[in-house]
Amino acid sequence: MILAAQAAAEAPGFLSPSGVEIAFLLVGLVTLGAAVVTVTTRQLVHAALWLVVALGGLAVEYLLLTAEFIAWVQVLIYVGSVVVLLLFGLMLTKAPIGRSPDADSGNRPVALGVALAAAVALVWVVVDAFRTTWIDLDGAVQGSTEVTGATLFKHWVLPFEALSVLLLAALVGAIVLSRKKEQAR
Amino acid sequence: MHLAYPAVLAALLFCVGVYGVLARRNAILVLMSVELMLNAVNLNLVAFDVWLRDTLHAGQALTLFTIAVAAAEIGLGLAIVLMVHRNRGTADVDRLRDTAERPGSPDDGTDGGTDDAGAAATPTDETPHGEKAEATA
Repeated sequence: MILAAQAAAEAPGFLSPSGVEIAFLLVGLVTLGAAVVTVTTRQLVHAALWLVVALGGLAVEYLLLTAEFIAWVQVLIYVGSVVVLLLFGLMLTKAPIGRSPDADSGNRPVALGVALAAAVALVWVVVDAFRTTWIDLDGAVQGSTEVTGATLFKHWVLPFEALSVLLLAALVGAIVLSRKKEQAR
Repeated sequence: MHLAYPAVLAALLFCVGVYGVLARRNAILVLMSVELMLNAVNLNLVAFDVWLRDTLHAGQALTLFTIAVAAAEIGLGLAIVLMVHRNRGTADVDRLRDTAERPGSPDDGTDGGTDDAGAAATPTDETPHGEKAEATA
């Protein structure tokens, strides 16, 4: 407590959070709650829909961190395509629409223990490391489309092209995997 | 903004994803949990990029790459899950035990922990055999 008071005295508002921090905290709570519901609900389609809430909340967090382009890419790719793919997968594997009692496997207590241990360790380390670190969100926007495009095509062209080859390979791989069985029949 | 907020949120999201990967039985729910873990890493990358004011914006570029790799991963993962579902009639990761070591096999005990957990989880150990027999028949 004394340390926190000292940090608050010498640095901007630890005990009196700014508006951005309050917004980040609220959206973060919604995101975390949606994520927890995603991994605990027994209705498979609801899990996919709560995943939309969690990923959309993360997009808002990116906006609050002034990374606009990442936020819209998140909305487009994750909310737009990945969740739709997951819903397609659920439908094609004939997932039950209502409650399915066997959504969780038998090693649930072990998983809970591992996750809680990891959460305690990570949060402890992270809070201890970044207790007196602040992000300066004022000034020029750091993740606008202009800035991101300039850096991406000035410094990251080769990884970008390699990534397009990877996407093509994944596309071809998915098609091959999906077609093989029909040819066998 | 305090850096601890995004860092703690990312850590908690990652742990939620870990719980989902370990506790879920349906393969598509496992893939959803993997997405949660990848998103936690993305949040960390963006937060640290903004904090460090990197001139190369390595964090944001890597976030875009992670998103693209996650899209590729989910496509391939769903293709594999669909193929397994077609061959076996189930997307239940607990029933795909072909490469598991049986309790009576001679070289048992190399990874006793997983075997014990599996035996405790399925007290009726004949169900996987029956499923496989049906699937191969």
